[in-house]
Amino acid sequence: MTEILIKNGFVFDPVSGIKGDKKDIAVKDGVIVESVSGSAKVIDASGMTVMAGGVDIHSHVAGAKVNVGRNFRPEDKLQAVYEPARGVRHMAGGNSVPTVFKTAYKYADMGYTTVIEAAMPPLYARHTHEEMRDTPIIDQAALPLFGNNWFILEYLKNGEIDNASAYIAWLLRSTKGYGIKCVNPGGTEAWAWGLNCMTVNDQVPYFEITPKEIIAGLMTVNESLHLPHSLHLHSNNLGNPGNYQTTLDSLKIAEGFKANNNFGRDQVMHHTHIQFHSYGGTSWGDFESKGAEVMDYINKNPNITCDVGFITLDETTTMTGDGPFEYHLSALNHLKWANTDVEIECGAGIVPYIYSKDIYVCGVQWSIGLEMALLAKDHMRCYLTTDHPNAGPFTRYPRVMKWLMSEKARDEVFASMKAEDKVRDRSTLGSIDRELTLYEIAMMTRAGTAKALGMGKKLGGLVPGMQADIAVYPYNPETASDPEQIEYAFSNAKYLIKSGEIIINDSEIVSNGNKQTYWVDVKTNPSKQVEHDLREMFLKYYTVTERNYEVEEHAFMKNPNVISIDATQ
Amino acid sequence: MTQLVTDIICPFCGTLCDDIEVEVSDDGKKIIKVTNACAIGAEKFLHAQSPDRIVRPRMKQEDGSWKEVTYDEAAKYTAKILCDAKKPLMYGWSSTSCEAQATGHMIAELVGGVVDNTATVCHGPSLIAVHDVGIPSCTLGEVKNRADRVIFWGCNPAHAHPRHMSRYSIFSRGYFTTKGSKSRKIIVVDPRPTDTASVADYHIQIQQGRDYELIDALRVALQEGPLPETVAGVPKEKIYDIARLLKSGRFVTIFFGMGVTHSLGKNHNIDIAIALTSDLNKYTKAAIIPMRGHYNVTGSGQVLGWQFGFPFCVDLSRGFARYNPGESSANDLLMRGEVDANFVIGSDPGSHFPFKSVKVINELPSVCIDPHMTPTVAVSKCHVPVALVGIEVGGSCYRMDNVPIESRKVVDPPAGMLTDGEFLELVLTEVQRIKGVAA
Ligand code: SF4
Repeated sequence: MTEILIKNGFVFDPVSGIKGDKKDIAVKDGVIVESVSGSAKVIDASGMTVMAGGVDIHSHVAGAKVNVGRNFRPEDKLQAVYEPARGVRHMAGGNSVPTVFKTAYKYADMGYTTVIEAAMPPLYARHTHEEMRDTPIIDQAALPLFGNNWFILEYLKNGEIDNASAYIAWLLRSTKGYGIKCVNPGGTEAWAWGLNCMTVNDQVPYFEITPKEIIAGLMTVNESLHLPHSLHLHSNNLGNPGNYQTTLDSLKIAEGFKANNNFGRDQVMHHTHIQFHSYGGTSWGDFESKGAEVMDYINKNPNITCDVGFITLDETTTMTGDGPFEYHLSALNHLKWANTDVEIECGAGIVPYIYSKDIYVCGVQWSIGLEMALLAKDHMRCYLTTDHPNAGPFTRYPRVMKWLMSEKARDEVFASMKAEDKVRDRSTLGSIDRELTLYEIAMMTRAGTAKALGMGKKLGGLVPGMQADIAVYPYNPETASDPEQIEYAFSNAKYLIKSGEIIINDSEIVSNGNKQTYWVDVKTNPSKQVEHDLREMFLKYYTVTERNYEVEEHAFMKNPNVISIDATQ
Repeated sequence: MTQLVTDIICPFCGTLCDDIEVEVSDDGKKIIKVTNACAIGAEKFLHAQSPDRIVRPRMKQEDGSWKEVTYDEAAKYTAKILCDAKKPLMYGWSSTSCEAQATGHMIAELVGGVVDNTATVCHGPSLIAVHDVGIPSCTLGEVKNRADRVIFWGCNPAHAHPRHMSRYSIFSRGYFTTKGSKSRKIIVVDPRPTDTASVADYHIQIQQGRDYELIDALRVALQEGPLPETVAGVPKEKIYDIARLLKSGRFVTIFFGMGVTHSLGKNHNIDIAIALTSDLNKYTKAAIIPMRGHYNVTGSGQVLGWQFGFPFCVDLSRGFARYNPGESSANDLLMRGEVDANFVIGSDPGSHFPFKSVKVINELPSVCIDPHMTPTVAVSKCHVPVALVGIEVGGSCYRMDNVPIESRKVVDPPAGMLTDGEFLELVLTEVQRIKGVAA
């Protein structure tokens, strides 16, 4: 394999504590090394910023609902130029729901090398993996959904943690999944009857269990399986005024839980797109931020991490495993609505949405995300996402970085809003002058996310021995003055190296790389009960046979990367 | 000794039954018996064994006779006509695997082709309606486990999807529907007294072509609004009754077929059927599912979607993907004389397209990839027989509710025969050579 030396860049690496020092980074055989021979290819990064490849902890980029989003919104293709094929690149289009090729190229342009698909309906796992297989360059993993799964509801109701663990291990293996995702626990099952669970104490119809019990049970299982990632939670009551109470109630369930794993992860709960869960008021009329309250709780509780889900003030496509939320959203904006309830397991909904800066609620939502990120005390626990494409397309990450790093840029947005005063009035953002540093941005986008995913020993840093995922941005932290430069630079990596291979050379994508798919294979003690229940459920209630459920690794992955764990005691 | 191969999917209709069992001879070459499949499905498996199967590619000669060629020669011909053409039509895709579709799309991208699938003549209007109003839907297991009100509108599963009713929609017993058909009220809307109608609780004999009016009336009836004495030939009392019946259910599912998609009104019929489903969600839970025909037409729409962003009639001829049904759809292009080469795989336009289109195919440089002798083969210049997906080679397929299921290989194909995927790889390599691009 080739040797590469990236010379003279300003390096930002929270893993080794480097805060913008000029430093050379050497690469050999796909990993970062101390030094390389004289024959190494030299990349001159003088005057540029060097970071590890970005690791996105939560994005909807592959699978059934993403493809519904593509296929039911031909108009989305008109929102951005449809790019023709060029060199190694396929033609690529779409804006808020890009085609798989565009997804890969845009992430690469932003210097990202790893993306987690945040919601995989197990029955549609094969679809998710087919799309990931066709997505070049970026390494991926997918989180299967468990919070409304009948097996889980039954086992947890009966306190059968061992059975729940054995079942989850089986399902991760069958679907080639990475961790435990829980969306609107109990609420999506209730939605199959047109109902919902709005608080952590609502009963799930017919299953006699509450969201609180589901969340606690899944965290217990997660730690007993020693999984690399923690429970990945999208709690109940998303997107509604006054929902911060439900959020705090959900976060509090983590109290007393301790992480138990060998992957360097500290948290037991990752709460996703926390912005959508930090709303005050009783209606859209008196809607206001409770971001400060929620972030204060997270700041004080080191066993919780979160990502933000920044609103980017764009036209986009919302999609989530929270079926009832999407129905209510469509009732709000009267745009088209797609929904799929998935037997035994989960459901999902999709609705286009326009976050207009002229609508004060959207403005307040925008300010809540930024407010929370700026009030966060530890950016190793608070991450940059847009819950792509829900709060905005992932292609806006560089714009979000600009807002986080520049008060001037935030003020410009405020000033462009029709209801500026009202928006300023409903959150504390206007009174915050904090500007994040590149070092903090590196925490939010690589070091922190990799750690929370249990990949921190391998990804998210520039320490010798780590996978050589490196981005070089045309941004000089010593001379840059205009905030627009931030957005431009982080949208246009000058060089990108993934697993030691040059993907972007002098701003041009030159290779489709050798993308990996991560999945977790946990060994547990066998459970006769689970074996029996699987047989019974497939015979009676599923519409595919047990054998046809499994996603076969060889057929659906170009380059599998299996994380094996022994959880037998 | 024979061996039993289980958990096989049936590669015939969109029901995509995956519990088929096939008894094969000891040497794995001969299918002896097919169980669990319906008559059509079983026949598809047995057909693979027909002794008069064509096993080598052929080119049509001046005098209309066929001359056997090698797969390499056939691939070269295919690549050449596609590369020579300004706007080749690459049509079909509904009876092959997603892997083969993906390879085909890469060819289309390089040659600037138009990729269209059979939705263009069946559920295309449904896909267009989904652009307009979305689609509240569910998997077939949800119907099996929960649905207590089931409507079949303009479709006749008893003949077109024979096991649909027993596996999912009428007779199956599920978690909340333990009494099977007794747990459900079945409504069939069809101008004809079909075999499906004969097992329904209510048969609404709608006047032909009046679907839009009746669905509209049902939307009014949901709100107990005023109706004329009869709508679409149905007395208003009956319409109110049906509306009340639906509202009183816990989980409603509407299945619809080509009786709605291809009668007057086309996509507008589906728009309003979806709107009715959305309305019903104010009172109870409701979902709507198109009865997709070919076993993997759904898969074709999926792969096109994730690769190019549109579900059918994707025009790549200008170097970027364009989509405009009515302009970029197969029949429109053929009839307007806009395409200059024709490529068919996994379908039989010769049987299903208007005569005017078939005549055009007959005149174009053309290739047809098909295991069988079909009317499309008869009008094509080159015929490439291939192994049958789901019988002689595996691959990913999508059921009518978009659930992906992997098809499996049951027996070996005839000696020396290539699969769709293998043949398309040959064509792709040749196209890359002609275009001078790296593999
Ligand atoms: S119903 Fe369709 S898929 Fe099932 S066996 Fe019959 S033809 Fe095959």
